[in-house]
Amino acid sequence: MSGAEAFCRERPFKVNWPVRCAWFAAILYALYAANYLDVSWARFVVGLGNGATFLAEMVPPDFSRWQLLIDNLIETVEIAIIASAFGVLFSLPIGLLAARNLLPSWVTWPARTFIALCRSFHPVIFAILFVKAVGFGPLAGILTLVFASIGFIGKLFAEAIEEISLKPVEALRASGAPFISVIIYAVLPQVLNRFIGFASYQFDANLRNSTMVGIVGAGGIGGTMFAAFQRFDYDFLAAILLSIIGLVMLSEFISIRIKRVFQ
Amino acid sequence: MTTADHYRWQRFTPRERLARFAVFLGFAVALAASMRTVEVIPEFLYDAPTQVLDLFKRMWPIEYSYYPEGVHHALVETLHIASLGTLLAIVMAIPVGILGASNIVRVPALNWLAKLILVSSRSVNTLVWALLFVAVFGPGALAGTICIAFRSIGFVGKLFAEALEECDPGPIEALTAAGAPWPSVFLKGFWPQAAPAFWGIALFRWDINVRESAVIGLVGAGGIGMVLDTAMNLFHWDRVALVLLSIFSVVIIAELVVTNIRKRII
Repeated sequence: MSGAEAFCRERPFKVNWPVRCAWFAAILYALYAANYLDVSWARFVVGLGNGATFLAEMVPPDFSRWQLLIDNLIETVEIAIIASAFGVLFSLPIGLLAARNLLPSWVTWPARTFIALCRSFHPVIFAILFVKAVGFGPLAGILTLVFASIGFIGKLFAEAIEEISLKPVEALRASGAPFISVIIYAVLPQVLNRFIGFASYQFDANLRNSTMVGIVGAGGIGGTMFAAFQRFDYDFLAAILLSIIGLVMLSEFISIRIKRVFQ
Repeated sequence: MTTADHYRWQRFTPRERLARFAVFLGFAVALAASMRTVEVIPEFLYDAPTQVLDLFKRMWPIEYSYYPEGVHHALVETLHIASLGTLLAIVMAIPVGILGASNIVRVPALNWLAKLILVSSRSVNTLVWALLFVAVFGPGALAGTICIAFRSIGFVGKLFAEALEECDPGPIEALTAAGAPWPSVFLKGFWPQAAPAFWGIALFRWDINVRESAVIGLVGAGGIGMVLDTAMNLFHWDRVALVLLSIFSVVIIAELVVTNIRKRII
């Protein structure tokens, strides 16, 4: 009897049919989308052949024009630094204006729309518009990344402010402190540490993006890289890519050290 | 009574204060140096307002009639590139994430290999990946899809590895003690704990990919970016405005969808 009972026992790990159906649907979708996009195995295989020649031409990387490379890298870093400084500077008040627990909705609504507008376009699109507005060169890149920074830090900063404890704010308001004092003594001490974290993250992101805005003419190493692509100068391209990866890794290392200082 | 005067409360040790000061000073010096040497041409700045005004004048009125013939197909293609790229990235990121989780694979060399893959995927920008794959596969949606997939591996894989490392070891020990083979330990021990985080990450990445797949067409990797590029090269600014408006609406819709699904699964 007890043997039969054990035999009929429910399976400990039941088959989850909805999940299986979802996986199946995902595979079907992948096939449909691949068909729609005209992605096929044959093209992929041809591409792999091209890829092999491409990689072969990249080796060995050509560092003979290192002077140009260094100049471009410096410009890239400069764009990232200036854009981060101004982006952080502007996103502080805008993030504050967008915090719904401190300000009435007629203030937060425009600020939130502005942040959403900054966030929803990719930096390249901003870069194109700014190249049209202020011409080729690093200024367009700086403006682009300032807007990208406002979109990112502004949103996170507003969310951080919305999560603060309101007790110090109430205490200060009750004792009759003006709005500026409430901000400086009750709000900022609670969020400033997180703000520094966002800012250092955004600096990393800006550095990555400043290597790219040059593709549309907004300064930095991207322009040289795009030119190397179009001239099939793949060994110089390999040198550029390696130095970009090196730069990004260096900045990640520095930002880890900086975060440790502020912990 | 006098001892109280000797104690002054300070939040940080002198060393910490020095380090903070050094960071701020370093940043200020770097900023000043950059501002002095960066090549900004002031003449371009003076006529910027005129240029912006001119830009908006050319963009208005938006040429809505172009949408059915020129934009719709490219927009659908963009969404397919983003979704298929995300699916491919998920398939490739799961093994890399497992390799990177130090509580599953206990070989430091393999963990390092996974870290290397993840970091190189993330440090190359999407547009640069797109350029590379356009050179390899030729212009078109195939290059775009692979580009989106490769760029996403780093993001999805890193966060998945972190989710796996945060798993509670209790159920895993129980399964190992009962003699479960490795696939069962992973499927029944690790996966149920990491799955909600994983789907959240994948959805978030899909949202990002929709934005990115809208621009990779600028370098020839398919999608609506190619329409944007053509319109700009022909100075059809009213079509540019239409493309920007459609990108904006799709991005907003994607964000709303993701937020709603996230609320349900997490």
